[in-house]
Order: sequence, then structure tokens, then C-alpha cells
Amino acid sequence: MKRKNTGGNILTALTFIFLYAPIIVLIVFSFNSSKSRTIWSGFTLDWYRELFRDSLIMSSLETTLLVSVLAALAAAVIGTFAAIGFYNMKKHWRSPLLMINNIPVINADIITGVSLSLLFVSAGVVIGFELGFGTLLIAHITFDIPYVILSVMPKLYQLDRNLFEAAQDLGCTWFQTIYKVIIPEIMPGIINGLLIAFTMSVDDFVISYFTAGSSVQTLSMAIYAMTRKRISPKINAISTLLFTVVLILLVIVNVRESRQQRKADLKREQMPEEV
Amino acid sequence: MSKELIRLIDCRKEFDGEVVLDSINLDIKDKEFLTLLGPSGCGKTTTLRIIGGFLKPDSGKVIFDGVKINDVPPHKRKINTVFQKYALFTHLNVFENIAFGLRIQKPRLSEREITRRVHEALELVALKGYEKRSVSQLSGGQQQRIAIARAIVNRPQVLLLDEPLGALDLKLRKDMQRELKRIQQQVGITFVYVTHDQEEALTMSDTVVVMNKGEIQQIGTPVDIYNEPKNAFVADFIGESNIIDGIMVSDNTVRMYGRDFPCLDKGFAPNEPVDVVVRPEDIDIVPVELGQITGTVTDVTFKGMQYDIIVDFQGFKWLIQTTDHSPVGAKIGVKIDPDGFHIMKKSEYSGLYGDYSSYSSEYDELSAAPDEGGAEDE
Amino acid sequence: MSKTSLSSWSESKPLRILRSARAFLERYRKQSFAFPYILWMALFVVIPIILIVVYAFTSAGNGFTLKNFSGIISYAPVFGRSLWLALVATAVCLLIGYPVALAISRMNIKTQRIVLMLVMLPMWINFLLRTYAWMSLLENTGLINRALAALGVFDLINSLHANDLNYTPITHFQLINTNGAVVLGMVYNYLPFMILPIQSVIVKIDPFVIEAAEDLGADRGTVFRKVIFPLSLSGVISGITMVFVPAVSTFVISKLLSNGTVMLLGDLIEMQFTGSAYNPHLGSAISLIMMAIVVICMSIMNKFGEGEEQAVMM
Repeated sequence: MKRKNTGGNILTALTFIFLYAPIIVLIVFSFNSSKSRTIWSGFTLDWYRELFRDSLIMSSLETTLLVSVLAALAAAVIGTFAAIGFYNMKKHWRSPLLMINNIPVINADIITGVSLSLLFVSAGVVIGFELGFGTLLIAHITFDIPYVILSVMPKLYQLDRNLFEAAQDLGCTWFQTIYKVIIPEIMPGIINGLLIAFTMSVDDFVISYFTAGSSVQTLSMAIYAMTRKRISPKINAISTLLFTVVLILLVIVNVRESRQQRKADLKREQMPEEV
Repeated sequence: MSKELIRLIDCRKEFDGEVVLDSINLDIKDKEFLTLLGPSGCGKTTTLRIIGGFLKPDSGKVIFDGVKINDVPPHKRKINTVFQKYALFTHLNVFENIAFGLRIQKPRLSEREITRRVHEALELVALKGYEKRSVSQLSGGQQQRIAIARAIVNRPQVLLLDEPLGALDLKLRKDMQRELKRIQQQVGITFVYVTHDQEEALTMSDTVVVMNKGEIQQIGTPVDIYNEPKNAFVADFIGESNIIDGIMVSDNTVRMYGRDFPCLDKGFAPNEPVDVVVRPEDIDIVPVELGQITGTVTDVTFKGMQYDIIVDFQGFKWLIQTTDHSPVGAKIGVKIDPDGFHIMKKSEYSGLYGDYSSYSSEYDELSAAPDEGGAEDE
Repeated sequence: MSKTSLSSWSESKPLRILRSARAFLERYRKQSFAFPYILWMALFVVIPIILIVVYAFTSAGNGFTLKNFSGIISYAPVFGRSLWLALVATAVCLLIGYPVALAISRMNIKTQRIVLMLVMLPMWINFLLRTYAWMSLLENTGLINRALAALGVFDLINSLHANDLNYTPITHFQLINTNGAVVLGMVYNYLPFMILPIQSVIVKIDPFVIEAAEDLGADRGTVFRKVIFPLSLSGVISGITMVFVPAVSTFVISKLLSNGTVMLLGDLIEMQFTGSAYNPHLGSAISLIMMAIVVICMSIMNKFGEGEEQAVMM
């Protein structure tokens, strides 16, 4: 079915121009010496310098990283155990629980955010606390866990059903089975889920916006505040930096993956036949 | 080889109201190679899992060395298992896979002792020098050996094997059968082996337990099971059999097709209706005028060492294996020696097996697929 | 009753509870790993949604009421606009996304990998920044208008009206702060959500199936209509859902690209929870309706099954 598909390829090319042109403009103007977003007036790195001096942005970056790391780690732990628990449940228990698990993934972010803020505000009135880092962290953990479960569950199902029994057969108690065998076996899925959860947290704006309160600000929230006030090439500078970081990460991941792939292929070729 | 090591007494197991094991009684002797044989769903794997401790029987007793072990969890039994798809730990290399059980043991073994025993086990399965390999790098047969080494290194008194050769191709399977038998004799422990492959069961076992529908049909040595099947199911499942309705006129005489044949069986009531088993290889083709009965050849298949011939005897089709070629449509006579007959009492399986009317070579191949009955695996 | 027996009785009750709790954990040992998360979900997924329902049907201090829903009627235009713009954006995404997905799935494996990465890359950039990028392009003095001016487009238009005395010469097109800008923002942000699930379904179509269809006499058009398109339908459905749900609920895109002139459902909800118009009861009622829209989308998607998982993981 590999046919010439000129029309489709042209459309694909145009789509890429559409996808990337705004980003490229954004990047180019991060080096613009004037404040204008449209007229080029010379090269400068001033905006980057200013960016790093901007304590509001730097502290919001800190908040973002802190909440993302903590939320992803917590989600990885809770999510992995939850996935193992779900895996061992009968279907008529598992299915509805997984459905609830999927709610934050499927639901519109704004509803997740708004509903959590309702909970935090009303609980806050009763118990006596205010929206802040704690509520932000809980919100992030809540929407991170489903991603961990979604990436761990398939790994569990790929396991040989007998693996649990094999471990017990060789003398493991149930808990030893989990930490000596099952968790190491599904580790790639856990790591994967952790990374997805982390990026989801870094990227989130809407849910943070409703659950962080006024005292804490994530990077996304800072950017939002800046775009509302408009005009500051510092935004372009942040974009460029984030874009570069993401690009480098993706390249590393891809190179690693294809190298592993190649290694695996090689191994398979060299594999000795039967003894 | 006489002491009973494991006894299952009236073991019964249901899943969701469906009876999987119906009051099984089974004695397993020390150091024997016992095979649970039957089609899928017959309860053989359930029996194995009850012995291993992965399932508890709903009722009945599991006795190990004179002690009831119903409630002893798997990790406290002196029994190890080789699983169907090996269940190797892919995050550990070959050495650590085999050392796994040793490292769990309390009191802890010294590193030197562990190394020594892992090497010993690797030697036993002929995979010396593979310690550092990752298990996913190994071929199916090698993984199989690692699984065996991993179980045996713990010096269990019993090794359970759940269709361990099912995933291997035919040639490898034959090699591993011999290998398994050698290992069993070398380490001198009890093997309980589950398979649906009757040929595998006959070649390796000291004792074969034929199961169907959650019940034990027959227990015996391979020779007994083959020569003296207890009912039509066993006769059909083990090898090929023509099973014909007959009447035991008197001791040593059976009547079929309205004719009396001399046989060696006795002990039936006069004129008792019986199932008569005639193995395809026990039938001689002779000229029509010399035959005890005569029929028409309806199908001939060349099988390499012999021809499989389907012969219609008054509407009932027989399978005959012979080295002589007879063309389709030929009228032939057959002669069966007295020791070629095996007479069985009527059972619930009477009339269900042993007619080759629907026989075709295609059908043969289809049913040789794994998880099928496997009776035609020859 | 002696003192000792009384005290032993009162002690044994909590003990008994403890023991039965232990027995419960013992029995459901394998399942118990999920218990903390089940509690978590109850607290932070289920209760918040129940709160939405409760708030939607109550008013401050007055107990049960339906007035929140009757109050929504005055916002009917916002509902209409939200649904309409989201539908248009979804349709545009499908019209662009399907052919692109088809084209990508016909590339060789290596190119495909790279191209897919390029499709995903923009999604890894903060959503706000992606939208912000369009602001500088669409402004009245933005790059697009400047480029058009440089090409003499406005001069040409003005010269056509040279004889019209009432005509005021134009210096730019009004691009930003329009419905079009909002749709553009939606398409730009969510197009990958359309391409990826469709592509992932199309590549899985067995090439032999297509060859078989050709062998049976189907021409290219027929193969597409009768084989490829029906088989890719699950991807299309999940693509539509993945674009429509965020598009109908967004408030960021409309805020940034229309500066509040194009009000959407998302803006309406946001206003009820953060703005000066603070009214969580009305906000909950609107959220509830939006949730109903999401549920309808999902149940349509579930009917077609498949494609869902990889879509969710994107």
C-alpha cells in the first residue's frame, strides 16, 4: 500500500508549516532587541538575562518543578500499588473502579479543576485551611495517578500469569513476590508512567489555576498572567528555553530507544541455536 | 519406590459452580515419574495446582509425607513447579533466576554455597557457562532448562511440571522428553507431569493417570494403559482404537457382526454387552475368502511407515494400519488374533468413540493442534 | 456480672473489630494494594463530582432549587457559540487531520517515526505559549497583516474602492478577537489529537486486507470507501472526541485570542468560580451540563471501542 501520495504529502508539509511557523516566530523574536513582537530590530540576549532575574518567574518555576516531582513520585507509588490491586480483582470490581480512575483523564480539565476547588474551599471552611501548595499538590497527584495506572496495567497484563506463582513456589511470601519480582518486572511501565505524570504536571494550567489559590503560582499560571498583561519578550524567551529542553529530551529518548532496538535486533541475530 | 509421598483423598474443586475435580483419589509414590494425562479441561492442571498449593480443594485432603497440607501455602511446601511458559524473571540474569529460591531461604545460605549449587544445577541441565546471560536472550529450549534448574536447585521432594514442553517444536520436544527423564533419574525425586500429549505420557512415565471431565479414568503403567484400557475414552485417547459393540458370549469368546471370535478375555457375565477394542495395527489383511469378516476399502492414506486404511464393515468404519497397499473400493478380508482383542465393560463413553466414519487426513491435522484432545498426535 | 467480665467484654469489642479488619485484609491481601487509591478516588474524584451536583441543585442558604438551571437560559447564546465553534474546529481538524494521518501512515517506518515525533513535539510545548504565539501573528499590527500590507493587498483593495467617497481605506484585516481566531486557536492546539489516533488505527490495517480488496476488483476509491475508512472509524471517533471535549470546554484560547470578546462555556464557568461574578451554584450547573456533553461524547466513543487507549495515552 506504499503508493505515491503527492496530494497527501503536500498537505502534510503545509500542516507542518502551520504547526511550526508560530513557534519559530516566537523563538526568533525572543532574540529581538526591541519590545516589538513584529518588527525585527537587532539581536540580543537581554530577555534571557531578564528572565533569570525575574524572581516571580523563577519562584513559579521552582513551584512547578517541586509540585511536578512530588506529584509524579506520589502518583507512581500509589498508582503502582493500585494497579497491582486492580489486577488481582475480579472483573466486576475492577471495571467500575477503572472507570472512576479514567474520569480525570477523560473529563474536561476545567471540570476537574472546578470540582476540586469546590471540595477544597468547602473543606477549608470546615477544617480551617486555605488553597495553597497542599491543595495544588493533591490536585496534581489526583490527575497524575490515572496516567501511572494506564501505563502500569498493560505491563502487568503482559506478565506471565504464572510469575506470581513461580515466585511463591520458590519460597516468596506474597509481599516478597511483589517487591522482589513483580515491581522489578513492571519497572519500565512505572518509569514510563512517572515521566508521563511529570510532563502532565509541568504542562498543566487549568487545574492548577483553580486549586492553587492566590498565594502559590506555577509557571503556567505565571505565563498566563503575563499573556494577560501582554507584551513582554520574556515570554518568548521562556518558550524558546522550554522548546529546547523538550526537543533535547525527545531526541535523547528517541536515540536511546532506537539504539536499544538495534541492540535487541543484533542480539536476536547472534542468538545461538539450541545447545 | 513404594512409599506414598503424596495422597489426594476425595479432593473436589468447583469454579463458579462448575465441578472441575470430582472427588479425586490419587496416591503418588516417592521417586516416581507420574503423568496426569487428558484433554484440556479434564482437571489435570487443577490437580497439579492443588498439589503445588496454588489452589485449595473445596473438600478432601491433601497429604504430604503423612501430614495434611491443605492449608500450607506454596512457599512452605517442599514442592517446586516448572510452569507452562516458564515464568522466568526477565529482570534477572540466568544465575540470579536460578539462585532466586536459594536467596529467599532462611537461614541464609552463604554466597559460596549458592554459587556452588547454581553451577551444579546448570550442569544438570547442560547449560554451563550461561550464568551471565539475560533470560530473554535464550531460546525456548534453553529457557525451559533454566526453569527446570531454577526449580530443582531448591532440592524439592517433588517437581511439578505443567505442560512444560507445550511451547517447543516437535523435534525439540522429543529431545527434551529424553532429557527430562534423565534429569529425573539423576536427581532421584518425584516428578508429577501434566500433558495432553499421550505419546509424551507413554514414553516418560512410570505411572500414567488418564483424566477426563474431572474424574480419573484409569491409573496404570504405560503398557497397562495401552493394552488394557478400562473404557472407550481411554482406548480412544491413548493411540488409535476401533471400538465395536459386542457380546461376551462366554469366557474367551466375543460376538460381533453376528460372528464369534476367539479372544483371551474372561470374567464377564454370560452374554454381557461389551465394548470390543481392536487396535489398527493388530489387524491383518487377508484375501476375502480367508477373512473372519470382510469389508470395503473407502479411504487410503500413505503415512510413510504404513498405510492408514479405512474399511467399511457393514456400515461401521474401521481404521487399519498396514504395510500392504489396497486400493479404494477393494473388497478385503481381515483376521484378528485372539490377543488382538481387548474387551471392556460398557461405560458412559460407550458408542462415543472408535468409529472412523468421519475420518479424513485433514481432520487428523486439525485435531493435532495444541489444546485439542491431542489423541491423534501420533 | 462481675467487674472483670465487664471490662473484658468492653475490651473485646474493639479487639473483635480489629481482628475482623485483619481477617478482611488477610482475605483480600492481593486486592488491598488498591485500597489507598480507592480511598483517594472517593475523596478527590467522586466527592468533588457529587459536590458539583449538590451545588448545581442548591442556592446559597436556600436548599434545593432549579433556578440555577433556569438562570442558564439567559446564557443560551454562549452555549450555542461554544458548541458551534467547537464543532467547526473539530470538523476542520478532521478535514486536515484525516488526509495527513493517511499520508503519514503510507510513509516508510523510519520517516513515519520522525514525522510522528514532529506532530507530537508542539504538544509538549506549554499550551499557553502555543496560543500566545498566535497572538503576535494575528494582531492588527501583527506579522500576517504586515506581510499582507507589504504585498500590497490593502493598497489593491483600497484602490478598487477609489471612486467610493464613503469608503475609509483599510490598513489591516480584523483577525484577532474574532470567532475565526478562536477556531484557529482550537485547530492549532488540538490538531495532533486528531492526527495521532487516526494514524495509529490506519497503520494497523493489515496490508493484505487491502490487497485482498484489490484482488477482488476494488479500485483505489472503492478500497478507501469500503475498507480503509470503515476500518479507521474507531480512530476517527476518538479523534473527534479528543478534539471536541477540550475545544468545548476551553477558556484559555478564547481569553487569549479574543480578549474576552468571544465568550465560551469555559469562560462562563471560570467567571463563576474566580471572577467578580462568584457564583459556584450557577457555575456547577453549567459544569454539570458540560459533563453531560462529555459523557455523551464518551459513550459514543465507547460504542466504537478501540483507539481509545492510545488516544488517552497521547
